[in-house]
Order: sequence, then structure tokens, then C-alpha cells
Amino acid sequence: MTKDEVRQIVLNIIGVVAPDEDLSDLKGDVRLRDQLEMDSMDFLDIVMELRKRHKIEVPKEDYPNLATLDGCVEYLLPRFRESKVAV
Amino acid sequence: MCGTAGSVPFLLREDPGRGRTMNYDVIIIGAGMSGLAAGIRLAHFGKRVCIFERHYAYGGLNSYYRLGGREFDVGLHALTNFVPPGRRGAPLNKLLRQLRIEREEFDLREQLGSEIRFPSRGLRFSNDVELLISEVQREFPDQGDRFLRLIETVKAHDDATLAPTPVSGRRVLAEHLSDPVLIDMLLCPLMFYGCPDEDDIDFTHLVTLFKSLYLEGFARPREGVRRIIKTLVRRYRGAGGELRMRCGVRRLHVSGGGVQGVELDCGEVVRAPLVFSCAGYPETMRMCRTASGGGGEPLPYGRGSDGRGPEGGGDASERFLTDADRLAGRLSFIESICVLDRKPADLGYDRTITFFSTIDRFEYRVPEGLIDPRSGVICCPNNYADHEHLPEGVLRFTSLANYDCWKALRPGEPEGDAPPAYAAAKSAAHAEAVGYALRYLPDFRPHVVFTDTFTPLTIARFTGHARGAVYGSPHKCRDGRTPVENLFIIGTDQGYLGIIGALLSGITMANLHGLGENNRKA
Ligand SMILES: Cc1cc2nc3c(=O)[nH]c(=O)nc-3n(C[C@H](O)[C@H](O)[C@H](O)COP(=O)(O)OP(=O)(O)OC[C@H]3O[C@@H](n4cnc5c(N)ncnc54)[C@H](O)[C@@H]3O)c2cc1C
Repeated sequence: MTKDEVRQIVLNIIGVVAPDEDLSDLKGDVRLRDQLEMDSMDFLDIVMELRKRHKIEVPKEDYPNLATLDGCVEYLLPRFRESKVAV
Repeated sequence: MCGTAGSVPFLLREDPGRGRTMNYDVIIIGAGMSGLAAGIRLAHFGKRVCIFERHYAYGGLNSYYRLGGREFDVGLHALTNFVPPGRRGAPLNKLLRQLRIEREEFDLREQLGSEIRFPSRGLRFSNDVELLISEVQREFPDQGDRFLRLIETVKAHDDATLAPTPVSGRRVLAEHLSDPVLIDMLLCPLMFYGCPDEDDIDFTHLVTLFKSLYLEGFARPREGVRRIIKTLVRRYRGAGGELRMRCGVRRLHVSGGGVQGVELDCGEVVRAPLVFSCAGYPETMRMCRTASGGGGEPLPYGRGSDGRGPEGGGDASERFLTDADRLAGRLSFIESICVLDRKPADLGYDRTITFFSTIDRFEYRVPEGLIDPRSGVICCPNNYADHEHLPEGVLRFTSLANYDCWKALRPGEPEGDAPPAYAAAKSAAHAEAVGYALRYLPDFRPHVVFTDTFTPLTIARFTGHARGAVYGSPHKCRDGRTPVENLFIIGTDQGYLGIIGALLSGITMANLHGLGENNRKA
């Protein structure tokens, strides 16, 4: 599992949760909320899709780690590596 | 067993000895809009869900049917809350995302334009609020700035809150507008499209309706409501949800403060640790019975979302039931659908919807007699953009009606043919409603080829809503909670109304009580 792969996984999930958004030049270090029309309902859905598709649990206190795309990659990479489940 | 149980692979038989077996993670009572939406969310995220629907059709208050070789929508006048794609935070866009449904799947087309008509006054409005603003300025020159301030107040108010403070909507309107006729004109569509109370409307609720009618707008799926329902059902089944039709829930077995089992009309008992109901609050609470006949534990009561509870002595469950009855809504409607041999536009009627009152002070209350024809709604499904494909002209008429008066004409179970007095009253009421509506549209009567009229009794019969109360109980459980800890209310009596409201209600409650932190590990 590489950083790029994790980034792609996150982008795929955002694409499912917010299909009407243009993700082509999303900046990694700017809050997703500031670049996309996403509210708390949508963020919760990202967490739930992660669990559904990849069996990755994100506890509520860790949600702030998912604020940016870079943050997502950094936070999720070790978790994907730990998890035995194929992605 | 009732319904399509043959296709239910893991449905387990009731075993009183080992009654803890759970058949599903979640049971949903009713395949109304809110039940389907909640089902989609829960099934999508891996819950084993089953929806039990008593009727043979999905969609509840907004279903569809065939009659005399034609297809009709039960309720659809307009899908409210229409906004273009990308409008931030708008309910329609929110729910499409949450349900993973593409906007194109609903195939929506916008209204051509609607109006509010009062004696010697008229306000046109469309999906662009600027039209209404200019109409208010034209018709009520001294109210223009006040109306703009009202819009700001409405926009600033958080109507999605699950714990609103009750405030009189009329009072807030009167604080902004000084012309009582303008207040009544603005209230007329809002009340007809979603007010469960007589005369006044809670301000938070008013804001929801104001946004959905005036700041957002009206659209219609080209095929009518079936398009929406079929999309929802396909989505639900695709996510793995089960749907058992003609399979009502007659009783909820409650003990230890929670629902232990759901008893179907056929007597079968099904279990799940979580139950959602879109059957209405009083209707659902009436289904709650103690575990075994008169014995078992008394039903808990007085722990509702706002701490309300029934007073007086006697058996607890009896008292609770009385309370449920007290909370039942009373407002109902009569609606007629007329099929014409030509399009209403060819007769000179080009409005999508006309809301009217033939008296200056609009009265929204249960009429003394069968109907109150003095105000009403005229809807023309042909008058939406891109609707040339509809084969015939259609006009729908809605008036306030009194359930008790209709019930007196048809006491007992409404089986078989209607008594002649009831049938006669129906056509008389229809003629009376049309008589008043003719002030606002050309005489279409020579062109009518078919008419279907339904009364509050029809609504009660097909949707299970007591007294045909379309907008449910005036008491809303905004957080969905009931005195029974694993039983939650969705849809009309949770407090989000209309098609879009009911869908959002199902989504919000499923997220909160079915997918929330407490249930994550389930
Ligand atoms: C004439 C009319 C016109 C309307 N026009 C519009 C409109 O133009 N636009 C709009 O947005 N809204 C309109 N509405 C309102 C809209 O239809 C409702 O607000 C919405 O459909 C409510 O959905 P719901 O999920 O709350 O439940 P409901 O539609 O009330 O569904 C409840 C379901 O539960 C089932 N049920 C009840 N008891 C049981 C039981 N014991 N066991 C199993 N199943 C049970 C019923 O059969 C029903 O299918 C209209 C309503 C009517 C009646």
C-alpha cells in the first residue's frame, strides 16, 4: 500500500459521497470543506464508506485528522498497512 | 405468513423458548417515503433491514394507482424544494447524495409558474424568488422592504434543528409585515402544503415550508411520483434491503422499556433490536401492547422527547393510549382529479398551481360541514416544463374536509361499494369545490372525461393515518424518540413534511439512531 493508493481510495470515496463535485484539482493541504460543498453529513459518510469498503474504523475523536486530503492519507496509510483485509 | 416471505432467506421462525433470536438488525414499519429512505441508508451500510408494508403499493400518502385504464398519482401536486444542482446545503441535493441517487434518475422538470389568488389580489411566484418579491412590491407597495426583511429572517433560521423552540408563525409574520391580507396570502400555500395545526403554524415549520415553496420551488418527475418511488425501491433492494408487501404490523410487543417483537397481521412475530415507524406517532403508540395480553409490564409513558406525558390515574397503557388519541391530527382534505379531453393550456389556463381563498381572511381549520370550498388548491400537472408527453389534460382540486362528517356517511369498515349517500356527497362536494375554483380558471367542465374523488376516509383507509390526517399529529417528535427506547418515529410525525421532507426525515433518523455512534458496533 502506497500513499498514492490511499489517496486514490479516498478520492474514490469522495466521488461516491459527493458525485456532483469536481475533484480534478483538489489541493492536498487545504481543508476539503473549503474546496468542496460538503457538510457534516457528507463527512460522516466518508467515515462510513471507509468502514463499509475497507473495514477501517475511524473513532470520532480522530475525525479532525480527515480534514484535508493529505491529512487523510497520513492518518489512513498506517491503518491500511495494519489491516489484513485486501483493498 | 403474509407478504413475500418465500423470498426471505434468513427469516427465522418464532421460537418462544429462545425468543432472543434476532431476525433483522432493523425493522421498518411502512414503505412510505421516509421508510424507504431510512431503509436505503441502513441497508447500504450493511444492516439487515426489512420494511413491512400493509398495503399492496409503496409510497404511502404519495403512492400511485391505476383506474379506468389510466395512471394516477395519489398525492403529487409538486415536488417541493426544487433547486438546481450545486446549491449548497439544499435538502434536495443533500438527500440525493445521501441516498446515492443521481439527480437524472428523478427526471425532474420545473413548474411554469404558480399564483396565490385572494379577493381582488394576486401574487405570482415561480422557482425564482425575485418574481415573488416583485409581485409583493407591486401588490403591496408599502410591504416590499418588510418582505425582504422577512426573507432574511427565514434564511437565518435553523429549521433543521431537532430541538426547536415553539413560536407562533403568525406572530413572527406580524412582526415583519403589517398588512394582514399579505400575511394570509403568504400563509395560504404554506398551510395547504404542510400545516398539521388549525389557524397558526409553528415558526420553525413555517420556515421549512417557506424555503421549500418560495425560496426553492416546484418540480415534477415527467412520469409522476412512480418515478421517484421506483428509483427508491430499486435502490433499497439493490443495497440488500427486504420489502414485504401486504404485510402489516398489528402489534408491538413491549416489555422492559423496549420493543421485543413485532407481530404481523398474520400473527407471525419478527424480532429486531431497532424499530422505525412511519405509520404516525399516535398510530404507532397505539400498536404498543404489553408483552402478553393484559399481563406483562405496563407500557412506559411520559418519557417523550419533550418530557410530555399523560395525566390521570388508571392502567398505564390505557392512559398512554388516551394520550396518543389526544395527539392525533385532525386536518384532512378532499381531492378530485379531473381528466380532460384537451390540455388546460388550450383552454387558457397556464398556471402550475393556484392557491386561492375567496375570503380576505383565509381560514385554515376543520370545516363544520363535509368541506370548506371557499379556499383551495388547483394543480395542473400538464403545466410543467417538458410535459407535452402527458396524453390528456389533468386538473386536481383540493379543499379542506371534515373526517367526522364523512365518517358519519360511511360508518363501519369501508368494505365493498360505498353507500349511496356517501357517493352522492362525494360528487356534490366535488361540484361545490369546482364551483369556487371556476373563479380562477376557464370553464373546463364540458371537457371532463373522467373524475376520481377521494375523501379523508380514503386517506385513512389506504395510509393508516387516523382521521385521514395528511400532515399528521400537531405534536412532532423532532428527535424521533418515543417513550419506548428502541422505537423511533420517522416521516410525517417526526416533523419533516412532504416528499422531500419525509425522505430527509428517514435519512436523518437512520443516521442518528441506526448508524450513529451507539450503533456503530452493532
Ligand atoms: C392528497 C395529498 C397530496 C399531497 N401532495 C404532496 C405534494 O404535492 N408534494 C409533496 O411533497 N407532498 C405531498 N403530500 C404529502 C406527502 O405525500 C407526505 O408528506 C409524505 O408522503 C409522507 O411520507 P411518510 O414517509 O411520512 O409516510 P406515509 O406516506 O404516511 O407512509 C406510511 C406508510 O406506512 C404504512 N403503514 C401504516 N401502518 C402500518 C402498519 N401497521 N403496518 C405496516 N405498514 C403500515 C402505510 O400503508 C403507508 O404506506 C400530499 C399528501 C396527500 C395525501
